Amino acid sequence: MSNDDINGKSTATVSTDMTLGEQMRARGVSRRSFLKYCAAMASMMALSPSMVPRIAAALEKARKPSVIWLSFQECTGCTESLTRSHTPTVEGLIFDSISLDYHHTLQAASGFGAEEAREEAMKAHYGKYLLVVDGSIPMKDDGVYSTIAGITNLAMLKEAAAGAAAIVSVGTCAAYGGLPMANPNPTGAVAVSDIIKDKPIINVPGCPPIPVVITGVLAHFLTFGLPELDDLGRPTAFYGQNIHDRCYRRPFYERGQFAETFDDEGAKKGWCLYKLGCKGPVTYNACATTKWNQGTSFPIESGHGCIGCSEPKFWDQGGFYRALSEGKLGTVEGLAAAAGIGAAIGIGSALLGRSGQAGPQAEIKAKLDKDLEAQK
Amino acid sequence: MSLLDFARGPGMHWALIILLVGIVWRVLGTLFLAAEKDYSAARQSGVWPGIRAILRRFWPHSEFVKPTLFHLVAGYTLHIGLFVVIFLFAPHILWFADLLGLPAWANLPNNLIMLAGALTAASLVAFVLRRMTHPVMRRISGFDDYASNIVTLLPVVTGLLAFAHTPIAPYQTLLGLHLLSVELLFVWIPLSKLAHALFFIPSRFQLGAALGRRGVKV
Repeated sequence: MSNDDINGKSTATVSTDMTLGEQMRARGVSRRSFLKYCAAMASMMALSPSMVPRIAAALEKARKPSVIWLSFQECTGCTESLTRSHTPTVEGLIFDSISLDYHHTLQAASGFGAEEAREEAMKAHYGKYLLVVDGSIPMKDDGVYSTIAGITNLAMLKEAAAGAAAIVSVGTCAAYGGLPMANPNPTGAVAVSDIIKDKPIINVPGCPPIPVVITGVLAHFLTFGLPELDDLGRPTAFYGQNIHDRCYRRPFYERGQFAETFDDEGAKKGWCLYKLGCKGPVTYNACATTKWNQGTSFPIESGHGCIGCSEPKFWDQGGFYRALSEGKLGTVEGLAAAAGIGAAIGIGSALLGRSGQAGPQAEIKAKLDKDLEAQK
Repeated sequence: MSLLDFARGPGMHWALIILLVGIVWRVLGTLFLAAEKDYSAARQSGVWPGIRAILRRFWPHSEFVKPTLFHLVAGYTLHIGLFVVIFLFAPHILWFADLLGLPAWANLPNNLIMLAGALTAASLVAFVLRRMTHPVMRRISGFDDYASNIVTLLPVVTGLLAFAHTPIAPYQTLLGLHLLSVELLFVWIPLSKLAHALFFIPSRFQLGAALGRRGVKV
Protein backbone atom coordinates (compact mmCIF):
# COMPACT_ATOMS: atom_id res chain seq x y z
CA MET A 1 0.00 0.00 0.00
CA SER A 2 1.45 3.38 -0.96
CA ASN A 3 2.04 6.24 1.40
CA ASP A 4 -0.61 8.22 -0.45
CA ASP A 5 -3.15 5.55 0.39
CA ILE A 6 -2.08 5.68 3.97
CA ASN A 7 -2.10 9.46 3.97
CA GLY A 8 -5.60 9.34 2.67
CA LYS A 9 -6.63 7.10 5.49
CA SER A 10 -4.69 8.85 8.19
CA THR A 11 -5.98 12.29 7.37
CA ALA A 12 -9.46 10.87 7.43
CA THR A 13 -9.12 9.59 11.00
CA VAL A 14 -11.46 12.04 12.62
CA SER A 15 -13.42 11.63 15.77
CA THR A 16 -14.06 15.13 17.10
CA ASP A 17 -14.71 18.52 15.56
CA MET A 18 -11.64 20.22 17.04
CA THR A 19 -8.27 20.13 15.34
CA LEU A 20 -5.14 19.43 17.37
CA GLY A 21 -4.16 23.09 17.11
CA GLU A 22 -7.49 24.20 18.50
CA GLN A 23 -7.30 21.64 21.27
CA MET A 24 -3.79 22.72 22.27
CA ARG A 25 -4.76 26.37 22.38
CA ALA A 26 -7.78 25.42 24.47
CA ARG A 27 -5.44 23.62 26.85
CA GLY A 28 -3.18 26.65 27.09
CA VAL A 29 -0.17 25.24 25.19
CA SER A 30 1.77 28.20 23.84
CA ARG A 31 2.65 28.56 20.16
CA ARG A 32 6.32 28.63 21.18
CA SER A 33 6.04 25.28 23.03
CA PHE A 34 4.18 23.79 20.10
CA LEU A 35 6.85 24.88 17.59
CA LYS A 36 9.61 23.62 19.89
CA TYR A 37 7.89 20.25 19.90
CA CYS A 38 7.62 20.31 16.08
CA ALA A 39 11.34 21.19 15.80
CA ALA A 40 12.23 18.34 18.14
CA MET A 41 10.12 15.96 16.05
CA ALA A 42 11.81 17.13 12.83
CA SER A 43 15.22 16.68 14.39
CA MET A 44 14.37 13.22 15.69
CA MET A 45 13.01 12.10 12.35
CA ALA A 46 16.16 13.44 10.63
CA LEU A 47 14.11 15.92 8.61
CA SER A 48 15.48 19.28 7.53
CA PRO A 49 14.58 22.38 9.61
CA SER A 50 12.53 23.59 6.66
CA MET A 51 10.07 20.81 7.42
CA VAL A 52 9.21 22.26 10.85
CA PRO A 53 6.51 24.64 9.50
CA ARG A 54 5.03 21.76 7.51
CA ILE A 55 4.89 19.56 10.59
CA ALA A 56 3.33 22.40 12.56
CA ALA A 57 0.78 23.11 9.83
CA ALA A 58 -0.11 19.44 9.47
CA LEU A 59 -0.43 18.93 13.22
CA GLU A 60 -2.48 22.12 13.55
CA LYS A 61 -4.98 20.82 11.04
CA ALA A 62 -4.95 17.18 12.12
CA ARG A 63 -8.11 16.11 13.81
CA LYS A 64 -8.21 14.07 16.92
CA PRO A 65 -7.83 10.52 15.69
CA SER A 66 -9.51 7.62 17.37
CA VAL A 67 -6.94 5.22 18.79
CA ILE A 68 -7.72 1.78 20.12
CA TRP A 69 -4.90 0.32 22.16
CA LEU A 70 -5.01 -3.45 22.70
CA SER A 71 -2.73 -5.04 25.27
CA PHE A 72 -2.23 -8.75 24.78
CA GLN A 73 0.47 -11.06 26.10
CA GLU A 74 2.63 -8.32 27.65
CA CYS A 75 4.00 -6.93 30.90
CA THR A 76 2.59 -3.37 30.60
CA GLY A 77 6.17 -2.11 30.36
CA CYS A 78 5.37 -0.37 27.08
CA THR A 79 2.50 1.54 28.66
CA GLU A 80 4.68 2.30 31.69
CA SER A 81 7.34 3.66 29.35
CA LEU A 82 4.80 5.83 27.57
CA THR A 83 3.32 7.25 30.76
CA ARG A 84 6.80 8.15 32.05
CA SER A 85 7.00 10.73 29.30
CA HIS A 86 3.74 12.39 30.23
CA THR A 87 4.00 14.71 33.11
CA PRO A 88 5.64 17.89 31.89
CA THR A 89 6.19 17.28 28.19
CA VAL A 90 4.43 18.65 25.18
CA GLU A 91 4.52 15.28 23.47
CA GLY A 92 2.50 14.04 26.41
CA LEU A 93 -0.17 16.57 25.58
CA ILE A 94 -0.09 15.59 21.94
CA PHE A 95 -0.69 12.03 22.99
CA ASP A 96 -3.43 13.25 25.29
CA SER A 97 -4.97 14.94 22.30
CA ILE A 98 -5.69 11.80 20.46
CA SER A 99 -8.93 10.09 21.29
CA LEU A 100 -7.68 7.08 23.18
CA ASP A 101 -10.97 5.21 23.09
CA TYR A 102 -9.72 1.97 24.59
CA HIS A 103 -6.66 1.15 26.67
CA HIS A 104 -7.37 -1.25 29.48
CA THR A 105 -4.61 0.09 31.72
CA LEU A 106 -5.22 3.80 31.27
CA GLN A 107 -8.98 3.98 30.89
CA ALA A 108 -11.28 4.66 33.81
CA ALA A 109 -13.96 2.27 32.62
CA SER A 110 -13.77 -1.40 33.47
CA GLY A 111 -15.64 -4.61 32.86
CA PHE A 112 -18.47 -4.59 30.35
CA GLY A 113 -18.36 -0.79 30.14
CA ALA A 114 -14.80 -0.91 28.86
CA GLU A 115 -15.56 -3.50 26.22
CA GLU A 116 -18.62 -1.54 25.13
CA ALA A 117 -16.42 1.53 24.67
CA ARG A 118 -14.11 -0.49 22.41
CA GLU A 119 -16.96 -1.84 20.37
CA GLU A 120 -18.56 1.58 20.03
CA ALA A 121 -15.30 3.19 18.95
CA MET A 122 -14.69 0.47 16.39
CA LYS A 123 -18.18 0.87 15.01
CA ALA A 124 -18.13 4.68 14.96
CA HIS A 125 -14.74 4.97 13.26
CA TYR A 126 -14.71 1.81 11.20
CA GLY A 127 -11.94 1.94 8.62
CA LYS A 128 -10.45 5.11 10.16
CA TYR A 129 -9.10 4.38 13.61
CA LEU A 130 -5.50 3.68 14.47
CA LEU A 131 -4.97 0.35 16.18
CA VAL A 132 -2.07 0.20 18.63
CA VAL A 133 -1.08 -3.24 19.92
CA ASP A 134 1.36 -4.17 22.62
CA GLY A 135 2.03 -7.78 23.52
CA SER A 136 2.24 -10.93 21.45
CA ILE A 137 -0.67 -13.18 20.53
CA PRO A 138 -0.78 -16.78 21.79
CA MET A 139 -1.86 -19.22 19.09
CA LYS A 140 -1.50 -22.58 20.82
CA ASP A 141 -4.72 -24.36 21.87
CA ASP A 142 -6.87 -21.81 20.01
CA GLY A 143 -5.30 -18.92 21.88
CA VAL A 144 -6.75 -19.74 25.30
CA TYR A 145 -3.61 -18.59 27.14
CA SER A 146 -4.60 -14.92 27.02
CA THR A 147 -8.12 -13.61 26.94
CA ILE A 148 -9.82 -10.28 27.66
CA ALA A 149 -13.48 -10.35 28.68
CA GLY A 150 -13.55 -13.95 27.58
CA ILE A 151 -12.35 -13.07 24.07
CA THR A 152 -9.05 -14.54 22.93
CA ASN A 153 -6.35 -12.09 21.86
CA LEU A 154 -6.41 -13.69 18.43
CA ALA A 155 -10.13 -13.07 17.95
CA MET A 156 -9.93 -9.53 19.32
CA LEU A 157 -6.97 -8.63 17.10
CA LYS A 158 -8.66 -9.95 13.97
CA GLU A 159 -11.88 -8.10 14.76
CA ALA A 160 -10.14 -4.81 15.62
CA ALA A 161 -7.69 -5.01 12.70
CA ALA A 162 -10.53 -5.40 10.19
CA GLY A 163 -11.66 -1.81 10.74
CA ALA A 164 -8.28 -0.19 11.36
CA ALA A 165 -6.64 2.33 9.02
CA ALA A 166 -3.24 1.12 10.18
CA ILE A 167 -1.66 -0.80 13.03
CA VAL A 168 1.20 0.25 15.27
CA SER A 169 2.87 -2.69 17.00
CA VAL A 170 4.37 -1.14 20.12
CA GLY A 171 7.09 -3.12 21.86
CA THR A 172 9.08 -6.13 20.75
CA CYS A 173 6.35 -8.57 21.82
CA ALA A 174 3.81 -7.12 19.38
CA ALA A 175 6.42 -6.43 16.72
CA TYR A 176 8.36 -9.72 16.78
CA GLY A 177 6.90 -11.99 19.46
CA GLY A 178 9.36 -10.86 22.15
CA LEU A 179 9.72 -12.60 25.47
CA PRO A 180 6.53 -14.72 25.22
CA MET A 181 7.89 -16.18 21.98
CA ALA A 182 11.28 -17.00 23.54
CA ASN A 183 12.30 -20.62 23.47
CA PRO A 184 10.38 -22.88 24.18
CA ASN A 185 7.43 -20.53 23.45
CA PRO A 186 4.90 -22.46 25.56
CA THR A 187 1.87 -20.46 24.37
CA GLY A 188 2.75 -20.47 20.65
CA ALA A 189 3.14 -16.67 20.75
CA VAL A 190 3.45 -14.77 17.47
CA ALA A 191 3.77 -11.15 16.35
CA VAL A 192 0.92 -9.03 14.98
CA SER A 193 2.45 -9.18 11.50
CA ASP A 194 2.30 -12.98 11.60
CA ILE A 195 -1.50 -12.76 11.73
CA ILE A 196 -2.54 -9.55 9.99
CA LYS A 197 -1.42 -9.38 6.37
CA ASP A 198 -3.77 -6.86 4.78
CA LYS A 199 -3.11 -3.70 6.80
CA PRO A 200 -0.09 -1.39 7.01
CA ILE A 201 1.84 -2.25 10.17
CA ILE A 202 4.42 0.00 11.79
CA ASN A 203 6.69 -1.84 14.22
CA VAL A 204 7.94 0.21 17.18
CA PRO A 205 10.03 -2.42 18.96
CA GLY A 206 11.94 -2.13 22.19
CA CYS A 207 11.56 -3.66 25.60
CA PRO A 208 10.10 -1.14 26.15
CA PRO A 209 10.33 1.33 23.25
CA ILE A 210 11.60 4.84 23.99
CA PRO A 211 8.58 7.00 24.98
CA VAL A 212 9.42 9.79 22.57
CA VAL A 213 9.77 7.25 19.76
CA ILE A 214 6.23 5.99 20.41
CA THR A 215 4.80 9.51 20.37
CA GLY A 216 7.10 10.46 17.48
CA VAL A 217 5.77 7.63 15.33
CA LEU A 218 2.20 8.67 16.15
CA ALA A 219 3.05 12.30 15.29
CA HIS A 220 4.61 11.19 12.00
CA PHE A 221 1.54 9.15 11.18
CA LEU A 222 -0.70 12.18 11.89
CA THR A 223 1.42 14.57 9.83
CA PHE A 224 2.86 12.56 6.93
CA GLY A 225 1.12 9.18 7.10
CA LEU A 226 3.05 5.93 7.11
CA PRO A 227 6.76 6.56 7.78
CA GLU A 228 9.55 4.99 5.76
CA LEU A 229 10.18 1.52 7.21
CA ASP A 230 13.21 -0.75 7.24
CA ASP A 231 13.17 -4.45 6.34
CA LEU A 232 11.86 -5.26 9.83
CA GLY A 233 8.96 -2.82 9.54
CA ARG A 234 10.54 -0.17 11.80
CA PRO A 235 10.52 3.57 11.04
CA THR A 236 14.00 4.35 9.73
CA ALA A 237 13.83 7.79 11.32
CA PHE A 238 14.16 6.16 14.74
CA TYR A 239 15.62 2.75 13.97
CA GLY A 240 18.00 3.64 11.14
CA GLN A 241 20.99 4.11 13.41
CA ASN A 242 23.18 1.37 14.77
CA ILE A 243 23.81 1.63 18.53
CA HIS A 244 27.49 0.70 18.05
CA ASP A 245 27.95 3.38 15.39
CA ARG A 246 26.44 6.03 17.67
CA CYS A 247 27.95 4.82 20.92
CA TYR A 248 30.12 7.32 22.79
CA ARG A 249 32.29 4.36 23.93
CA ARG A 250 33.14 3.43 20.33
CA PRO A 251 36.67 4.96 20.48
CA PHE A 252 37.52 2.49 23.24
CA TYR A 253 36.35 -0.38 21.06
CA GLU A 254 38.64 0.85 18.29
CA ARG A 255 41.56 1.12 20.68
CA GLY A 256 40.89 -2.38 21.95
CA GLN A 257 40.16 -1.17 25.49
CA PHE A 258 37.43 -3.21 27.13
CA ALA A 259 35.85 -3.56 30.57
CA GLU A 260 36.40 -7.18 31.60
CA THR A 261 34.03 -7.08 34.58
CA PHE A 262 31.42 -4.61 35.78
CA ASP A 263 33.67 -3.26 38.51
CA ASP A 264 37.19 -3.35 37.09
CA GLU A 265 39.34 -0.40 36.09
CA GLY A 266 38.06 -0.57 32.51
CA ALA A 267 34.46 -0.29 33.71
CA LYS A 268 35.35 2.66 35.94
CA LYS A 269 37.09 4.37 33.04
CA GLY A 270 34.07 3.90 30.79
CA TRP A 271 35.72 1.52 28.34
CA CYS A 272 33.81 -0.53 25.79
CA LEU A 273 31.36 -3.15 27.12
CA TYR A 274 31.69 -5.56 24.17
CA LYS A 275 33.33 -8.27 26.26
CA LEU A 276 30.51 -7.98 28.82
CA GLY A 277 27.95 -8.91 26.19
CA CYS A 278 26.95 -5.57 24.63
CA LYS A 279 24.80 -6.22 21.54
CA GLY A 280 25.17 -2.66 20.24
CA PRO A 281 26.81 -3.75 16.95
CA VAL A 282 23.70 -5.68 15.87
CA THR A 283 21.06 -3.39 17.35
CA TYR A 284 19.18 -0.58 15.63
CA ASN A 285 17.42 1.90 17.90
CA ALA A 286 17.46 5.55 18.94
CA CYS A 287 18.77 4.93 22.49
CA ALA A 288 22.23 6.39 21.85
CA THR A 289 20.81 9.57 20.30
CA THR A 290 17.41 10.21 21.90
CA LYS A 291 18.31 8.56 25.21
CA TRP A 292 15.92 7.82 28.06
CA ASN A 293 14.36 9.68 30.96
CA GLN A 294 14.14 12.97 29.10
CA GLY A 295 17.58 12.67 27.57
CA THR A 296 19.37 11.71 30.78
CA SER A 297 21.24 8.62 29.58
CA PHE A 298 20.87 5.20 28.01
CA PRO A 299 21.86 1.74 29.25
CA ILE A 300 25.46 1.82 27.96
CA GLU A 301 25.94 5.23 29.56
CA SER A 302 24.73 3.69 32.81
CA GLY A 303 27.40 1.00 32.58
CA HIS A 304 25.43 -1.92 31.16
CA GLY A 305 25.76 -3.31 27.65
CA CYS A 306 22.93 -3.06 25.16
CA ILE A 307 20.78 -6.22 25.23
CA GLY A 308 19.48 -5.64 21.69
CA CYS A 309 15.85 -5.41 22.81
CA SER A 310 14.60 -3.84 19.57
CA GLU A 311 15.74 -6.84 17.51
CA PRO A 312 13.75 -9.99 16.80
CA LYS A 313 14.46 -12.93 19.13
CA PHE A 314 16.76 -10.84 21.32
CA TRP A 315 15.95 -13.13 24.22
CA ASP A 316 17.38 -16.19 22.45
CA GLN A 317 20.72 -14.81 21.32
CA GLY A 318 22.89 -16.91 23.61
CA GLY A 319 22.82 -14.76 26.76
CA PHE A 320 22.96 -11.06 27.59
CA TYR A 321 26.42 -11.37 29.15
CA ARG A 322 28.04 -13.43 26.41
CA ALA A 323 30.10 -11.42 23.96
CA LEU A 324 28.58 -11.13 20.53
CA SER A 325 31.42 -13.07 18.94
CA GLU A 326 31.09 -15.99 21.32
CA GLY A 327 29.46 -18.92 19.57
CA LYS A 328 25.92 -20.14 19.85
CA LEU A 329 27.02 -23.72 19.51
CA GLY A 330 25.10 -26.80 20.52
CA THR A 331 26.34 -29.28 23.05
CA VAL A 332 29.94 -30.50 23.17
CA GLU A 333 28.75 -34.06 22.59
CA GLY A 334 28.61 -33.34 18.87
CA LEU A 335 32.24 -32.24 18.83
CA ALA A 336 33.32 -35.20 20.96
CA ALA A 337 31.50 -37.55 18.60
CA ALA A 338 33.23 -35.82 15.68
CA ALA A 339 36.64 -36.53 17.21
CA GLY A 340 35.66 -40.17 17.69
CA ILE A 341 34.38 -40.53 14.13
CA GLY A 342 37.54 -38.88 12.78
CA ALA A 343 39.74 -41.21 14.82
CA ALA A 344 37.82 -44.28 13.64
CA ILE A 345 38.05 -43.27 9.97
CA GLY A 346 41.72 -42.28 10.28
CA ILE A 347 42.93 -45.37 12.08
CA GLY A 348 40.72 -47.59 9.94
CA SER A 349 42.05 -46.16 6.70
CA ALA A 350 45.65 -46.39 7.97
CA LEU A 351 45.22 -50.04 8.93
CA LEU A 352 43.71 -50.73 5.53
CA GLY A 353 46.74 -49.05 4.00
CA ARG A 354 49.04 -51.18 6.12
CA SER A 355 47.43 -54.39 5.01
CA GLY A 356 47.86 -53.20 1.44
CA GLN A 357 51.53 -52.44 2.13
CA ALA A 358 52.27 -55.81 3.77
CA GLY A 359 52.27 -57.80 0.54
CA PRO A 360 54.61 -55.57 -1.51
CA GLN A 361 56.98 -55.14 1.47
CA ALA A 362 57.19 -58.90 1.96
CA GLU A 363 58.01 -59.25 -1.73
CA ILE A 364 60.80 -56.65 -1.47
CA LYS A 365 62.25 -58.40 1.58
CA ALA A 366 62.11 -61.78 -0.13
CA LYS A 367 63.87 -60.34 -3.19
CA LEU A 368 66.56 -58.75 -1.02
CA ASP A 369 67.09 -62.01 0.88
CA LYS A 370 67.35 -63.89 -2.42
CA ASP A 371 69.90 -61.40 -3.80
CA LEU A 372 71.98 -61.68 -0.61
CA GLU A 373 71.85 -65.45 -0.85
CA ALA A 374 72.95 -65.33 -4.49
CA GLN A 375 75.92 -63.06 -3.62
CA LYS A 376 77.08 -65.55 -1.02
CA MET B 1 16.07 -18.24 11.40
CA SER B 2 18.15 -15.32 10.17
CA LEU B 3 21.40 -15.67 8.25
CA LEU B 4 23.36 -14.58 11.32
CA ASP B 5 21.48 -16.99 13.59
CA PHE B 6 22.26 -19.86 11.23
CA ALA B 7 25.90 -18.84 10.86
CA ARG B 8 26.43 -18.42 14.62
CA GLY B 9 24.51 -21.57 15.52
CA PRO B 10 24.03 -24.73 13.44
CA GLY B 11 26.29 -23.56 10.60
CA MET B 12 29.26 -23.05 12.90
CA HIS B 13 28.48 -26.21 14.86
CA TRP B 14 28.49 -28.43 11.78
CA ALA B 15 31.53 -26.72 10.29
CA LEU B 16 33.46 -27.42 13.49
CA ILE B 17 32.31 -31.03 13.49
CA ILE B 18 33.49 -31.51 9.89
CA LEU B 19 36.77 -29.75 10.69
CA LEU B 20 37.37 -31.97 13.68
CA VAL B 21 36.46 -35.18 11.85
CA GLY B 22 38.74 -34.15 8.98
CA ILE B 23 41.69 -33.20 11.16
CA VAL B 24 41.59 -36.33 13.31
CA TRP B 25 41.03 -38.53 10.25
CA ARG B 26 43.92 -37.08 8.27
CA VAL B 27 46.42 -36.84 11.13
CA LEU B 28 45.76 -40.30 12.57
CA GLY B 29 45.40 -41.78 9.09
CA THR B 30 48.89 -40.54 8.27
CA LEU B 31 50.51 -41.33 11.61
CA PHE B 32 49.24 -44.90 11.62
CA LEU B 33 50.51 -45.69 8.15
CA ALA B 34 53.37 -48.15 8.23
CA ALA B 35 56.70 -46.43 7.71
CA GLU B 36 58.83 -47.75 4.89
CA LYS B 37 61.56 -49.93 6.34
CA ASP B 38 65.08 -48.66 5.84
CA TYR B 39 67.47 -51.62 5.81
CA SER B 40 70.63 -49.52 5.62
CA ALA B 41 72.71 -48.84 8.72
CA ALA B 42 72.01 -45.37 10.22
CA ARG B 43 74.99 -42.98 9.97
CA GLN B 44 73.50 -40.85 12.75
CA SER B 45 70.29 -40.42 14.71
CA GLY B 46 67.53 -38.73 12.70
CA VAL B 47 66.06 -36.81 15.65
CA TRP B 48 68.28 -33.74 15.63
CA PRO B 49 68.34 -33.37 11.81
CA GLY B 50 64.55 -33.68 11.93
CA ILE B 51 64.23 -30.84 14.46
CA ARG B 52 66.80 -28.80 12.54
CA ALA B 53 64.81 -29.27 9.33
CA ILE B 54 61.68 -27.92 11.00
CA LEU B 55 63.49 -24.69 11.93
CA ARG B 56 65.87 -24.39 8.97
CA ARG B 57 63.11 -24.43 6.39
CA PHE B 58 61.49 -21.33 7.73
CA TRP B 59 64.03 -19.49 5.58
CA PRO B 60 65.52 -20.57 2.23
CA HIS B 61 69.22 -21.10 1.60
CA SER B 62 70.90 -17.88 0.54
CA GLU B 63 71.09 -18.78 -3.16
CA PHE B 64 67.31 -19.25 -3.23
CA VAL B 65 66.37 -16.01 -1.51
CA LYS B 66 66.34 -13.88 -4.64
CA PRO B 67 64.51 -16.33 -6.92
CA THR B 68 61.82 -16.92 -4.27
CA LEU B 69 61.61 -13.34 -3.04
CA PHE B 70 57.95 -12.90 -4.07
CA HIS B 71 56.83 -16.02 -2.24
CA LEU B 72 59.01 -15.14 0.71
CA VAL B 73 57.59 -11.64 1.16
CA ALA B 74 53.99 -12.40 0.23
CA GLY B 75 54.04 -15.69 2.12
CA TYR B 76 55.32 -14.18 5.35
CA THR B 77 52.96 -11.19 5.03
CA LEU B 78 50.05 -13.55 4.54
CA HIS B 79 50.89 -15.88 7.39
CA ILE B 80 51.85 -13.21 9.94
CA GLY B 81 48.82 -11.16 8.90
CA LEU B 82 46.52 -14.12 9.35
CA PHE B 83 48.03 -14.86 12.75
CA VAL B 84 47.52 -11.26 13.91
CA VAL B 85 43.97 -11.03 12.58
CA ILE B 86 42.87 -14.44 13.83
CA PHE B 87 44.51 -14.53 17.22
CA LEU B 88 44.91 -10.91 18.31
CA PHE B 89 41.54 -9.31 17.39
CA ALA B 90 39.37 -9.00 20.52
CA PRO B 91 36.14 -10.58 19.14
CA HIS B 92 38.14 -13.52 17.72
CA ILE B 93 39.94 -14.01 21.03
CA LEU B 94 36.59 -14.19 22.80
CA TRP B 95 35.38 -16.77 20.28
CA PHE B 96 38.44 -18.99 20.81
CA ALA B 97 38.40 -18.51 24.58
CA ASP B 98 34.74 -19.47 24.71
CA LEU B 99 35.19 -22.49 22.43
CA LEU B 100 38.29 -23.83 24.20
CA GLY B 101 37.30 -22.82 27.73
CA LEU B 102 40.40 -20.66 28.12
CA PRO B 103 40.76 -17.20 29.66
CA ALA B 104 40.89 -14.45 27.02
CA TRP B 105 44.35 -13.18 26.16
CA ALA B 106 45.54 -9.64 25.32
CA ASN B 107 44.32 -8.07 22.09
CA LEU B 108 45.73 -5.46 19.71
CA PRO B 109 44.07 -2.13 18.83
CA ASN B 110 41.70 -2.33 15.90
CA ASN B 111 43.72 -0.09 13.58
CA LEU B 112 46.62 -2.57 13.67
CA ILE B 113 44.20 -5.44 13.03
CA MET B 114 42.77 -3.52 10.07
CA LEU B 115 46.28 -2.97 8.68
CA ALA B 116 47.16 -6.66 9.11
CA GLY B 117 43.88 -7.68 7.47
CA ALA B 118 44.45 -5.37 4.50
CA LEU B 119 48.02 -6.68 4.00
CA THR B 120 46.78 -10.26 4.27
CA ALA B 121 44.06 -9.67 1.68
CA ALA B 122 46.54 -7.92 -0.62
CA SER B 123 49.04 -10.77 -0.42
CA LEU B 124 46.32 -13.36 -1.13
CA VAL B 125 45.16 -11.40 -4.17
CA ALA B 126 48.79 -11.13 -5.29
CA PHE B 127 49.16 -14.92 -4.99
CA VAL B 128 46.08 -15.51 -7.14
CA LEU B 129 47.23 -13.01 -9.77
CA ARG B 130 50.71 -14.54 -9.86
CA ARG B 131 49.24 -18.00 -10.31
CA MET B 132 47.23 -16.68 -13.25
CA THR B 133 50.05 -14.77 -14.92
CA HIS B 134 53.39 -16.44 -14.13
CA PRO B 135 54.09 -19.06 -16.87
CA VAL B 136 55.45 -21.70 -14.49
CA MET B 137 52.98 -21.03 -11.69
CA ARG B 138 50.11 -21.21 -14.14
CA ARG B 139 51.17 -24.67 -15.28
CA ILE B 140 51.62 -26.13 -11.83
CA SER B 141 48.49 -24.57 -10.29
CA GLY B 142 45.34 -26.62 -10.08
CA PHE B 143 41.81 -26.20 -8.70
CA ASP B 144 42.97 -26.87 -5.14
CA ASP B 145 45.51 -24.03 -5.31
CA TYR B 146 43.06 -21.42 -6.57
CA ALA B 147 40.24 -22.62 -4.35
CA SER B 148 42.46 -22.63 -1.26
CA ASN B 149 43.61 -19.08 -2.00
CA ILE B 150 40.07 -17.82 -2.49
CA VAL B 151 38.56 -19.73 0.44
CA THR B 152 41.24 -18.13 2.65
CA LEU B 153 40.65 -14.70 1.12
CA LEU B 154 36.87 -14.69 1.65
CA PRO B 155 36.85 -14.52 5.48
CA VAL B 156 39.46 -11.77 5.37
CA VAL B 157 37.49 -9.64 2.92
CA THR B 158 34.10 -10.21 4.58
CA GLY B 159 35.71 -9.61 7.97
CA LEU B 160 37.12 -6.26 6.81
CA LEU B 161 33.74 -5.28 5.36
CA ALA B 162 31.92 -6.22 8.57
CA PHE B 163 34.56 -4.60 10.75
CA ALA B 164 34.18 -1.30 8.91
CA HIS B 165 30.34 -1.50 9.06
CA THR B 166 30.46 -0.98 5.30
CA PRO B 167 27.04 0.37 4.28
CA ILE B 168 26.61 -2.06 1.37
CA ALA B 169 24.55 -4.30 3.67
CA PRO B 170 23.35 -4.32 7.28
CA TYR B 171 26.04 -5.27 9.77
CA GLN B 172 24.20 -8.49 10.66
CA THR B 173 24.31 -9.60 7.04
CA LEU B 174 28.01 -8.84 6.69
CA LEU B 175 28.75 -10.61 9.97
CA GLY B 176 26.66 -13.59 8.84
CA LEU B 177 28.56 -13.75 5.54
CA HIS B 178 31.86 -13.49 7.40
CA LEU B 179 30.93 -16.41 9.65
CA LEU B 180 29.71 -18.47 6.69
CA SER B 181 32.99 -17.86 4.87
CA VAL B 182 34.88 -18.97 7.99
CA GLU B 183 32.72 -22.10 8.07
CA LEU B 184 33.59 -22.80 4.43
CA LEU B 185 37.25 -22.45 5.37
CA PHE B 186 36.82 -24.90 8.26
CA VAL B 187 35.28 -27.46 5.94
CA TRP B 188 37.91 -26.89 3.26
CA ILE B 189 41.00 -27.11 5.51
CA PRO B 190 41.17 -30.90 5.99
CA LEU B 191 40.15 -31.63 2.40
CA SER B 192 42.71 -29.48 0.63
CA LYS B 193 46.27 -28.18 0.53
CA LEU B 194 45.34 -25.97 3.46
CA ALA B 195 45.94 -29.14 5.49
CA HIS B 196 49.60 -28.10 5.30
CA ALA B 197 48.79 -26.28 8.53
CA LEU B 198 48.53 -29.75 10.13
CA PHE B 199 51.34 -31.45 8.28
CA PHE B 200 54.15 -29.00 7.70
CA ILE B 201 55.91 -29.65 10.99
CA PRO B 202 55.70 -33.49 11.01
CA SER B 203 56.58 -33.71 7.31
CA ARG B 204 59.58 -31.41 7.71
CA PHE B 205 60.71 -33.55 10.63
CA GLN B 206 60.16 -36.78 8.71
CA LEU B 207 62.17 -35.59 5.73
CA GLY B 208 64.93 -34.07 7.88
CA ALA B 209 65.20 -37.26 9.93
CA ALA B 210 65.34 -39.51 6.85
CA LEU B 211 68.03 -37.38 5.22
CA GLY B 212 69.98 -37.04 8.48
CA ARG B 213 69.93 -40.79 8.99
CA ARG B 214 71.68 -41.17 5.65
CA GLY B 215 74.28 -38.59 6.64
CA VAL B 216 73.00 -35.63 4.66
CA LYS B 217 73.63 -32.24 6.23
CA VAL B 218 70.19 -30.67 6.71
